[in-house]
Amino acid sequence: MRRTLRAAPTLLRVGLAEAVAYRAEFLVWLLSTNMPLVMLALWSAVARDGPVGRFTQADFTAYFLAALVVRLMTGAWVVWEMNFEIRQGTLAFRLLRPVHPLVAYAAENVAAMPVRLAISLPVALVALWILGGEHVTHDPLLLALFPVSIFSAWLITYLAMAAVGCLAFWFESATSLFDVWLGLFGIFSGYLVPLELYPRWVNEASYFLPFRYMLAFPVELVTGGLTRAQALAQLGAQWAFVLLLLATAAGMWRLGTRRFAAYGG
Amino acid sequence: MRYLRLLAVQFRASLQTSMQYRVEFLVQGAMAFFWMAWAVVPLLVVFGKRDSVAGWGFDQALVVLGWFLAMKGVLEGAVNPSLASVVEHIRKGTLDLVLLKPADAQFLVSTAKFAPWHVVDVAAGLGVVAWAFSRMGRWPSPAEVGAAGLLTVSAIAVLYSLWILVVSAAFFVVKVDNLSFLFLSIFDAARWPVSVFTGFWRVVFTVVVPLALMTTFPAEALLGRIRPGAVALAVAGSLAFIASARVVWLRAIARYTSASS
Repeated sequence: MRRTLRAAPTLLRVGLAEAVAYRAEFLVWLLSTNMPLVMLALWSAVARDGPVGRFTQADFTAYFLAALVVRLMTGAWVVWEMNFEIRQGTLAFRLLRPVHPLVAYAAENVAAMPVRLAISLPVALVALWILGGEHVTHDPLLLALFPVSIFSAWLITYLAMAAVGCLAFWFESATSLFDVWLGLFGIFSGYLVPLELYPRWVNEASYFLPFRYMLAFPVELVTGGLTRAQALAQLGAQWAFVLLLLATAAGMWRLGTRRFAAYGG
Repeated sequence: MRYLRLLAVQFRASLQTSMQYRVEFLVQGAMAFFWMAWAVVPLLVVFGKRDSVAGWGFDQALVVLGWFLAMKGVLEGAVNPSLASVVEHIRKGTLDLVLLKPADAQFLVSTAKFAPWHVVDVAAGLGVVAWAFSRMGRWPSPAEVGAAGLLTVSAIAVLYSLWILVVSAAFFVVKVDNLSFLFLSIFDAARWPVSVFTGFWRVVFTVVVPLALMTTFPAEALLGRIRPGAVALAVAGSLAFIASARVVWLRAIARYTSASS
């Protein structure tokens, strides 16, 4: 633990240097997060002649721009990296280091966050400028919770990816299993359609799945869709999922590394 | 003629390789149904709120969606795997081995690898189209099917040319796997009729990355609402796309220096 803490600043510095060194690629990755903008265009067309549910065109703009910011901030890529390194056997190098590989991967992802912030801050400012202040919550407590909820959303994303990535110790196609996860995410996180607009049972079910807490919760929090009590309750649920996934990922890593054998290298 | 035979050989090799992974076929089939359901959900929500959006009813939009699923199957089954392997060749420097062969290099690299199981996706997409027409209770006439077929051929040509352009970029910047990811994420917007987009996106999706040609135009042809002028324009545009992709490819390959030595 102490060793990990001592290594943390260096790990973060290396991660940031990598993100800056490969800035063109990083930018392309960020640009491929364009789904919220497409969905925004679509829903604006639908809401042109009148509001859908409680959503006017301005509400949709606020919702999907917030969704874009949350997605940009909470990106992770550990599942592909793990899959690749387990296949190629280069994971062996990581296992030799005195820092837990899951922590090392996390540090790489966290270190890229300043770069992500530099991209998503303009998006947030543009959103504020177009919409004015009325679509953002004025409650200081909720505003303060927003960064916390984003970071926890990132934790869920990262840990879920790590857990699925561990499946590569057993199966050939861990990434195609992750595609299923992404598909469920698309529906139950409110990424394509705000959850309120689904039939009631989908919305209710989403409270018991991790996906809502990866996107819809921070978005609804900042666009003023939640009261204080609701926000705190959902934050609690979010952290329950963080702990559950942490236990799952750590456990699977333990079981998986026992089977791991690298050839060559 | 010689090239047709070569194509048959390359295709047989891919087929034999993929026959070794028969479980993949089942996975692919299950995934096709999963993605089909996944793609219909947003459509159901949108048309649960409104009867028509930008002049498109549910059944008409379903035709576009079905065509999108089929085109995505073509993209991932016939275009994507080959071109992904070129990028690998360029990075490792093994492209030399392809260039030395006595046949056109562009032909060889673009037929190097097929993923035949994606046939399931194409079938699922066409199934959605058939479902939409049976809901409407009318079927397209042979002329309409012919126009849609012509547009689809030009759409595949454009898709292929775009990929060749992306691959040509690999000669200059080496790492383009994320460019292909970006392209796939943009292609995803083709599941919606292009007329729901306005302003900036409309221009991008019609001219820069002609998604309109890939799904909206063939669907309109099947529905009998396309103008003949638009068909001619689309075919001419796709020919221009192929020609420029060929020129860029030849330029790029001239710059290639092996990375292995």
